Amino acid sequence: MWNDPHYRALFFQILVLGAVILAGVFLVNNTISNLERQGIASGFSFLDKTAGFSIGESLIEYSEEDTYGRTFMVGLLNTMLVAFIGCILATILGFIVGIARLSRNWMVSRIATVYIETLRNIPLLLQIFFWYFAVLRALPSPRESATFGESFFLNNRGLSYPRPLYEDGFSLVVWAFIAAIAAIVIIARWARKRQDATGQQFHTFYVGLGLIIGLPLLAAIVTGFPLSWEYPVLKGFNFQGGKVMSPEFVSLVLALSTYTASFIAEIVRAGIMAVSHGQTEAAFSLGLQRGPTLRLVIIPQALRVIIPPLTSQYLNLTKNSSLAAAIAYPDLVLVFAGTALMQTGQAVEILSMTMAIYLLLSLLISAFMNWYNKKMALVER
Amino acid sequence: MAEQTQNYAPGAHPDLPPPRSEVGVIGWLYKNLFSTPLNTVLTLASLYIVYLLVPPVINWAILDADWIGDTREACSREGACWVFIKVWFKQLMYGRYPVEELWRINLAYIIGVAGIAALLIPSVPYKSYIGAFMLFIFPIVAYFLFVGDSFGLMWVETPLWGGLFLTLVIAITGIVASLPIGIVLALGRRSQMPVVKALCIAFIELWRGVPLITVLFMASVMFPLFMPEGMTFDKLLRALIGVMLFSAAYMAEVIRGGLQAIPKGQYEAAEALGLSFWKMMGLIILPQALKLVIPGIVNTFIGLFKDTTLVLIIGLFDFLGMSQLASTNPNWLGFSVEGYAFCAFVFWCFCFGMSRYSMHLEKELHTGH
Repeated sequence: MWNDPHYRALFFQILVLGAVILAGVFLVNNTISNLERQGIASGFSFLDKTAGFSIGESLIEYSEEDTYGRTFMVGLLNTMLVAFIGCILATILGFIVGIARLSRNWMVSRIATVYIETLRNIPLLLQIFFWYFAVLRALPSPRESATFGESFFLNNRGLSYPRPLYEDGFSLVVWAFIAAIAAIVIIARWARKRQDATGQQFHTFYVGLGLIIGLPLLAAIVTGFPLSWEYPVLKGFNFQGGKVMSPEFVSLVLALSTYTASFIAEIVRAGIMAVSHGQTEAAFSLGLQRGPTLRLVIIPQALRVIIPPLTSQYLNLTKNSSLAAAIAYPDLVLVFAGTALMQTGQAVEILSMTMAIYLLLSLLISAFMNWYNKKMALVER
Repeated sequence: MAEQTQNYAPGAHPDLPPPRSEVGVIGWLYKNLFSTPLNTVLTLASLYIVYLLVPPVINWAILDADWIGDTREACSREGACWVFIKVWFKQLMYGRYPVEELWRINLAYIIGVAGIAALLIPSVPYKSYIGAFMLFIFPIVAYFLFVGDSFGLMWVETPLWGGLFLTLVIAITGIVASLPIGIVLALGRRSQMPVVKALCIAFIELWRGVPLITVLFMASVMFPLFMPEGMTFDKLLRALIGVMLFSAAYMAEVIRGGLQAIPKGQYEAAEALGLSFWKMMGLIILPQALKLVIPGIVNTFIGLFKDTTLVLIIGLFDFLGMSQLASTNPNWLGFSVEGYAFCAFVFWCFCFGMSRYSMHLEKELHTGH
């Protein structure tokens, strides 16, 4: 029976499963007895208790009287905000640097190379510290802030910028914008169908541009520009009014996006180089201009190579946003796995929740990117 | 001009030099920098950026910097004050390790560097013995050297460890320990046995899906709860276990890539020879697969090396933590930029060197088709 691979596999699996279960029971038992001995409560009822600490910045209403559950949401939203903005900025910067690295201009490609090789060989935490302590914290006080057009003020308290004030009728402008997007989708479908049928092209881009600027503008004119700005004004030692981006947020986003951009740039370069030069030549010989060649031939093929590694960069950025804890930006790790853990002492529950939510975020991002990848993938016969 | 025209017999025309605009410095400049108006604008813009960035940095770091002296007063505050680094150098390198015991670390460094150099230089013989020594004996020797408490060496507690030394200890332990775990996990993930496969996938995806910080938090607050009453272990050891588990998951994925790249014929040939599973893996598959993924392993190591800086969040004073600590010393406030610059420079040298080496390996190992 020992030489029958079927039974042997069964035996091994029972052995492994047994070992894992035993280890699990051992750990759980230890944990339970340790918790009892130290008098730490268990269970998730702490989520309904009052947290009693305040958080510097939050996307939703939050005060000291709110519960730990609310704290969790505040931290999660802050994490997601950083990750989202970081991903967008990193993608834009990464594409620019990646293309610059392939430029035929020697200076431009050299500068891109230096950028990539410098940033990606220095630890991210060091870069976050640099931006936070050496750059943003070292900025002048609000009285001597750097001013951009009398509406943006950069100082050691962060970046103050005007806040939009919506008046009655602004919803019409929003609706006009949504209508314009819907119209563009319909026009694009119709144009593609017509091109497939007759070969005639339609200037979807210019018509779309006109619609997306024109319709909201028209709505704004009709309702009499229902939008005004509240400018930040220096009063005493700080700015009043307007909105402020905290130095923690700015330095975290800057460091995350410039660091990740250096990896994305290499991915973009590899993707573009993976498209053979024959494709460009074939497109030229078909009479395509430079623009359409890039748009219709090179980029779709390059994207197939780019998307999978790009996904893992987005995942890395999201996970790296947890370094916020080092400079006290109130993200999930700082407010929940940090402050809330210290106050309640319920390490097991809090850390499992934190890890589970990061796992969930990772799975969501990979699911989205897999869907996009499938959409872009080569349809083979 | 007509009289100057000369007719040559076919094939007898003397070779003319290429036009000035195609060769030499001018040709190069034209082709690479000023070929079109757009290119010219880009070149000038880049030159301007370089002008904005490079001279101030050189002025700050070299020309206006203070190099001489041992006190804070030596800093004229016009440029960088490298005296700061000089004063704190020992702490940055070794943490608070007792000064009279530093030879132990240096000795381990010398053995380590000599061993690695012997492995890297192609002409050195007995590579397998040296490799075995480095993998199995060197860690034990290093452990006794660093910790002490036997062979007449003084005991040095791990809270005294720090600086670049601690960074290297964490990174190297992490990578060396994660290799065998990673191999087992990768094999498990490709196993036919559903239970083993599911467990390995769950383990790998769990660690890959969460940030290292949460793993380190877990190591520092949850591990003590897991252990039986009265059993405590060192903070550094806990962090090491966290780093190990984390990097093992990444290592497993790298090795799985190598396993997948081995053609099926190799497996079938090994089975046809009657080799058992472990013999097939150990003698046929893994040597080929590991060779394929050496660049990937080096890249994982670079990532881990940079990530070790995170241990400062759980209160270990690694290289970055030490420079952070130095710049918050009341006597030396205001020198954080020098600390960061030095740290960045050292990390950059390590990581850039390793990434170049991995690229070189990739070229060398590309023996295919």
